[in-house]
Amino acid sequence: MTLVDFNLPVVVLLPFLGALLATQAARFNRLAAAGTAAVITILALILLLPALPLPFAGQTLIQRWEWVPSLGLEFAFRLDGLGLLFALLILVIGLLVIIYARYYLSPQDSMGRFFAFLLSFMGSMLGIVLSENLIQLVIFWELTSLSSFLLISYWYTRSDARQGARMALTITGMGGLALFGGVLILGHIVGSFNLTEVLAASSLIHASPWYTPMLVLILLGAFTKSAQFPFHFWLPHAMAAPTPVSAYLHSATMVKAGIFLLVRLFPVLSGTPEWHWLVGTAGMLTLLLGAFTALFKHDIKGLLAYSTISHLGLITLLLGIGSPLAVVAALFHIINHATFKASLFMVAGIVDHETGTRDMRRVNGLMKYMPQVGILAIIASAAMAGVPLLNGFLSKEMFFDQTVSVSAISPLAWVIPVLATLAGVFSVAYSARFVHDIFFNGEPINLPKKPHEPPLYMKIPVGLLVLACIAVGVFPVYTIAGVLYVAIAGALQTTPPEYSLALWHGFSAPLLMSFIALVVGLIVYLIRKPLFAWYDRGLSQWDARIVYQALVNGLIHWAQSVTRRLDRGTFRNMLIWFFGVTLLAGVVGFWDEALLGTRELMPVDGITAMAIAGLILSSLLTVLKHRSRLISLVMLGVVGLVVSLGFAKFSAPDLALTQLSVEIVTVVLLMLALYFLPQYTHMLSSHKRHYQDIAWAMGLGFSAALLTLAVLTRDLQSISGYFLAHSKTGGGGTNVVNVILVDFRGFDTLGEIVVLALAGLGIVALLQGIKLYAPKRNAEGVPWSQESHPLILQVQARILFPMMLMVAIFIFLRGHNLPGGGFIAGLIAALAIVLQNLANGIVWTAARIRWDMHSVLAAGIGIATFTGLGAMLMHYPFLTSTFTYLKWPIVGKFEIASAMGFDTGVFLVVVGATVMILVQLGRLNYIETEDTGDLQPAKGSTP
Amino acid sequence: MLNIALVLGFILVSGACFLSLVRLLIGPDLPDRILALDTLYVNSIALLILFGITEGSTLYFESALLIAVMGFVGTLALSKYLLRGDIME
Repeated sequence: MTLVDFNLPVVVLLPFLGALLATQAARFNRLAAAGTAAVITILALILLLPALPLPFAGQTLIQRWEWVPSLGLEFAFRLDGLGLLFALLILVIGLLVIIYARYYLSPQDSMGRFFAFLLSFMGSMLGIVLSENLIQLVIFWELTSLSSFLLISYWYTRSDARQGARMALTITGMGGLALFGGVLILGHIVGSFNLTEVLAASSLIHASPWYTPMLVLILLGAFTKSAQFPFHFWLPHAMAAPTPVSAYLHSATMVKAGIFLLVRLFPVLSGTPEWHWLVGTAGMLTLLLGAFTALFKHDIKGLLAYSTISHLGLITLLLGIGSPLAVVAALFHIINHATFKASLFMVAGIVDHETGTRDMRRVNGLMKYMPQVGILAIIASAAMAGVPLLNGFLSKEMFFDQTVSVSAISPLAWVIPVLATLAGVFSVAYSARFVHDIFFNGEPINLPKKPHEPPLYMKIPVGLLVLACIAVGVFPVYTIAGVLYVAIAGALQTTPPEYSLALWHGFSAPLLMSFIALVVGLIVYLIRKPLFAWYDRGLSQWDARIVYQALVNGLIHWAQSVTRRLDRGTFRNMLIWFFGVTLLAGVVGFWDEALLGTRELMPVDGITAMAIAGLILSSLLTVLKHRSRLISLVMLGVVGLVVSLGFAKFSAPDLALTQLSVEIVTVVLLMLALYFLPQYTHMLSSHKRHYQDIAWAMGLGFSAALLTLAVLTRDLQSISGYFLAHSKTGGGGTNVVNVILVDFRGFDTLGEIVVLALAGLGIVALLQGIKLYAPKRNAEGVPWSQESHPLILQVQARILFPMMLMVAIFIFLRGHNLPGGGFIAGLIAALAIVLQNLANGIVWTAARIRWDMHSVLAAGIGIATFTGLGAMLMHYPFLTSTFTYLKWPIVGKFEIASAMGFDTGVFLVVVGATVMILVQLGRLNYIETEDTGDLQPAKGSTP
Repeated sequence: MLNIALVLGFILVSGACFLSLVRLLIGPDLPDRILALDTLYVNSIALLILFGITEGSTLYFESALLIAVMGFVGTLALSKYLLRGDIME
């Protein structure tokens, strides 16, 4: 096994590990977090290296492992030229951003949090570009949305950061959902979620009737992520993020994820009119809108954000044009835009950092204070404007060339190169504004700080990126050509078309367009003053954000009004809705079917009849007497007892035992609570409502009885036969109920005891420190007895303790073969302990039973889990049980099952949770009041 | 002989159950009702054992045993409430 067999998942997952390390490193030294991030990134690059030659040799590296094969899910990674290009962009720019951020963040900012988020973003982004499985890609896609949310809201005390983060998450999250739908359709069409198969199924996809909905859904995902019109508005608001984040996520990488997806699926999605129209139109509108708006933004990052939108639009437009050469231009521009825009964002960050503001009406003439930064910024802006000898010029020429070539296809298409040139004009104008306003244009106005050159290491990343702009711009063939070529091959999945990276193509239409853009752009910048005034008067209010907010608010209002109509906020109302619908469903379901089955009813004997009469009578009295709670509770005790006896009679001894134990524990619990509750309840609703409720209750009770009868009178095939047949052979026990609990359904039981433990802990936490009012007298106004622990009770309880434990152990041990088991035994043991608390007091008991119930809980879950893991040690699935027979002297031959260990865990959790909850309730602090009976929390009651 | 005893036993215990139930329903005081509930528990033990003998099965013994060891705790909690209000101090 060599590194190229498994390095891709390692590269993707390493940053996530790094995120954890960074938070830990930040505990010792905040700078260590930055160091960790940088080391992790370099390590990821090194790990990627061995795979580098493969795409250049024309191979696609695929590494796959099974995940959930039944769902078509594979843990699969893929490296081809396209993935390689993006992975390199993510890692290299990521490294530069990490260095930059180390100096950008102020001492008050948490470095651990920042780099942890940044690294998890890096991992998610790498996951997108290196995924072979489309569902896996979508998961990483969602992870980038989440990490972007966390990074935008990094300064979470600022409301603009929170709002921006929320907006970005809403838009990209919705897009992610749409994308997921699209990918599911795509996978359904192709029959596989693997890119290898999907990319080979072009004709199948085009012919599918699902093509258009699938395309729209996938495009929604891509457009929201890549800030295409009309979803572009989240990007400027995301600028509330720290500038390194803007440089990394919101210009170089994350917003390119949408474009990456378009390029990735280009071979199978493109080439249809739907594609051309949807992608091309969105791209063109975004290009124009972004370029136009950028000029009018006074905030430096606002200008750059809209410029980014416009460049993303340019790339999208190229993909919409859809010729192979347009893809070449798109990919080339992705690289170029990432380099110059990341460096410009870093410059914006430096300016912000050194002057304290980003308002271009105040930040002027910085050339004098920071000449080195100024020169770097000028070069990068020139690249953005498309000035010759810089990388932006080359890809923009290719872009213009493509718009010209597409203009021949229809009589109206001449408008495309014209609009492209117009966008170029604005692009030049805002680039000029960026340079001139910040670095020249007089003196700075009223800056919070005196500007000076930033630390060297803030400039180095900018310098390296600018160097790349020049190197690519002057020597494209020696620098970028190789990577670009394999990326194009990866994108098109065929041999790339003929294209030339030469600087000089002779006098041609694109050159003319570039020239017009440069000259007119400068003119536009010169007449900016009246333009700004015009914009401020009318257009500045036009903001897609307003539409978005109106939509969001409308949705919330609509949801609220629907909820208000359905949910009046009373329990009664909810029950009526719920039961009404249930009743309706029952009536509809049984409309043309016999309600009762054909089985004969059993004969009734006298005792059963009497028990049932007692049950009905006591249930009725529970309801009738519900206003005096204690009597009602006693009646409820009878109901519980009769039900238990019923279970015993009708051959469900396990249920009978469980019901009995639960019954008693419930009485104790309710009595504990009743002390703090009013003993009488006033009549709370009108007579009319009472009759309504009686009608409802009787109707429902009658329906439930009918349904039960309907089930009981039918012959039904249940799964019990299987369990009966396999209980002894498979689980080693003859008590099927217990074998199901600890063996067949052991995993469920494990989940349940964890829930029980959590509920116990939750109750204890909720009761902690709570103070309640308790009455000093009973309901009749007689003071309570002075004798807190009657002697007879004390002595009896102590004598009974070992006996109860003995019964518990007996019930526990026989559980696997005869009625019983850990749960019932746990309740008995818990009750034995609770009894001591009742009879002898909490202090007395705590001094003698020193086990901390938290530890008992933990031990229970631990034992149950480790019993399960024990099976895995022997290469069986989790919780597989085994059993064997032992022969001891005196005892004789008996069988021992590993499920016994599991049952011990259940036992301990039940004991721990029950005792903990009851004793915690008994331990509650209270303030005595004079009020009796009908008690309100009385604050100013007379002593 | 055993059969006659069983029938007699059932009649007597059911009668006791019935009377307890009546006491439970008419009260008049809370201690009456609590005692009635406790008596019902005791009678249930008898019922279960009798039923077990009738069926010739030992399966009912554990239910009876459980009522015997635990049944009184409910009564105890109710009584302690009447005495002190706070049942666990």
